[in-house]
Amino acid sequence: MPLSSPEKMHFKSHSGKMLSESSSFLKGMMLGSIFCALITMLGHIKIGNGNKMYHHEHHHLQAPNKEDILKISEKERMELSKSFRVYCIILVKPKDVSLWAAVKETWTKHCDKAEFFSSEKVKVFESINMETDDMWLMMRKAYKYAFDKYRDHYNWFFLARPSTFAIIENLKYFLLRKDPSQPFYLGHAIKSGDLDYVNVEGGIVLSIESMKRLNKLLSFPEKCSEQGGMIWKISEDKQLAVCLKNAGVRAENAEDSQGKDIFNTKSVGLFIKEAMANKPNQVVEGCCSDMAVTFNGLTPNQMHVMMYGVYRLRAFGHIFTDALVFLPPNVSDND
Amino acid sequence: MSEIHFWEMASKSWLNFLIFLCGLAVGFVLCSQLFSILLGEQDDTQPKILHNDPHDGHSDDNGEYHLKGQMDFNADASQHKDENTDIADNLYEKVKILCWVMTGPQNLEKKAKHVKATWAKRCNKVLFMSSEEDKAFPAVGLETREGRDQLYWKTIKAFQYVHDHYLEDADWFMKADDDTYVILDNLRWLLSKHSPEEPIYFGRRFKPYVKQGYMSGGAGYVLSKEALKRFVDAFKTEKCTHSSSIEDLALGRCMETINVEAGDSRDTIGKETFHPFVPEHHLIKGFLPKTFWYWNYNYYPPVEGPGCCSDLAVSFHYVDPTTMYELEYLVYHLRPYGYLYRYQPALPENIRKEISQAYKNEDPK
Repeated sequence: MPLSSPEKMHFKSHSGKMLSESSSFLKGMMLGSIFCALITMLGHIKIGNGNKMYHHEHHHLQAPNKEDILKISEKERMELSKSFRVYCIILVKPKDVSLWAAVKETWTKHCDKAEFFSSEKVKVFESINMETDDMWLMMRKAYKYAFDKYRDHYNWFFLARPSTFAIIENLKYFLLRKDPSQPFYLGHAIKSGDLDYVNVEGGIVLSIESMKRLNKLLSFPEKCSEQGGMIWKISEDKQLAVCLKNAGVRAENAEDSQGKDIFNTKSVGLFIKEAMANKPNQVVEGCCSDMAVTFNGLTPNQMHVMMYGVYRLRAFGHIFTDALVFLPPNVSDND
Repeated sequence: MSEIHFWEMASKSWLNFLIFLCGLAVGFVLCSQLFSILLGEQDDTQPKILHNDPHDGHSDDNGEYHLKGQMDFNADASQHKDENTDIADNLYEKVKILCWVMTGPQNLEKKAKHVKATWAKRCNKVLFMSSEEDKAFPAVGLETREGRDQLYWKTIKAFQYVHDHYLEDADWFMKADDDTYVILDNLRWLLSKHSPEEPIYFGRRFKPYVKQGYMSGGAGYVLSKEALKRFVDAFKTEKCTHSSSIEDLALGRCMETINVEAGDSRDTIGKETFHPFVPEHHLIKGFLPKTFWYWNYNYYPPVEGPGCCSDLAVSFHYVDPTTMYELEYLVYHLRPYGYLYRYQPALPENIRKEISQAYKNEDPK
């Protein structure tokens, strides 16, 4: 039986109502998706490189990989090996004396030159007296001293604390193809609020250009203050970052070709313990880079063990072809 | 009528608005799901980054954080692209070593597991010897009791088991503890200069009690095939018996009885290769007090400091699980790029000849 006209009208209005309802729904859905897409896009632009899980602005410098190396000729390699001149600054205090001794007898022998800058004169060891207990002032004075005296002799400046063990050969290898007349400021980089800085515990690398710019600013208290924080003290590595930032030099995190940090603020033992707890099936694979430059938090004994473990202990029959060649230092019996 | 109509319209638009909001929510949720799927795929192809990367601090809250896309062995292999293992591979074929690890039921998970995860995989064959069988691990059951006084029993039975089941599968037979770290590549280099038909065994040589000396149990020792045959035979003919529970000394006495030579395992410049302690104890002058038994036991003049240990060390003892992995990292991963090592020993003559022959055959020129 066909619908009566009031029924038809009811039906029509009903279906019309449904139509308007579904169109509202559809409009809502569209708007929702656009909204969501916008937010996601914005979020990604903010993160910058969408591949990382966290927000930061500093760059990640990577080591050259095999393809890059093969482009360099044999003769160039020998010349290159000699062209890296690394000056090591180790900031020490009297209480560090046993670490100081260990560091002196171990890895610093592989720097082209290494000097110890201490807060005060110490009887047992030679050092350059900074005449201050304040770490930031020590750092400033050390950088100024090193630059004034050695600007023409070294092109890379590596600063460390005596609790750090460094493999200078791996540092030089990492610096292959990096032009020291560019402003490099490298190490284990951390973001603290707006500031990207290199953690002093992993060691700080500055190119000669960065040293130039830093030293220019040292005499300008507004650009590079001796005080730092007003209310509480700011650590010396952050203060350095502020000065360098004012000089147009940005912190960069150093990584190997696999993306692993090569400057480390922890010891091998600590990395292993963490890996054993968190990834027990891949402890060594997940530990650290093959070309790690620094580890931190070592005892003096561990420094000697690292010396043996790095420069001597190895497996027979595993041969490596590297881009650079480094000779062992003269007058040394533990490497 | 118009009032009703008005309310009708108001409720209709209110309803419409609600429906609109529903649509908004549904659209938003669907879209975000879509994005997370797309980006989720991207995440899996991330470069493998350590969870203890400082940037990742926020993910560490509950301590149970498991890294996505963890470092797998393939990813690690790419770090070793510059590595040539031809010589090591060649020695693996030429010098076949069967390792057996002395362990026990309580130590399978605590210690033996870490041996299995590190150096054991480089043996041509490895067996874990326990008092009880464990099919899952797997561990061989020797049907003894556990305890220090059982060590020699376990050793005798273990060598017997190896002899009965695997004699033809290897040239050399290495005994180690579950707290010994062994560098198989260096052991092969040492043994490549000898023949498995020689009646000889190697380890950290001690001088007291036995004229030719005997090998420290903990530092590990390795028997030639001939030595193994004679040892097992000696118990059948009772030339040797379970004379004491001091495993290494008793075995050393038996070896002397059956004319198996106690070999000199030092490297070509006289540095020791098997070590009864961890590197730290040997490398640090004064670590082991002068009154310690060790100074009177060493067959060769003992050295502390850098001269203690060969670059091509074979073993260390009293190695706890953390140190197992540390040694694995230091030996097989971390290295000083470009560094010209001071100690450059030659390949054994026979191996060198073989490899140059192999290259000649390959070379089309």
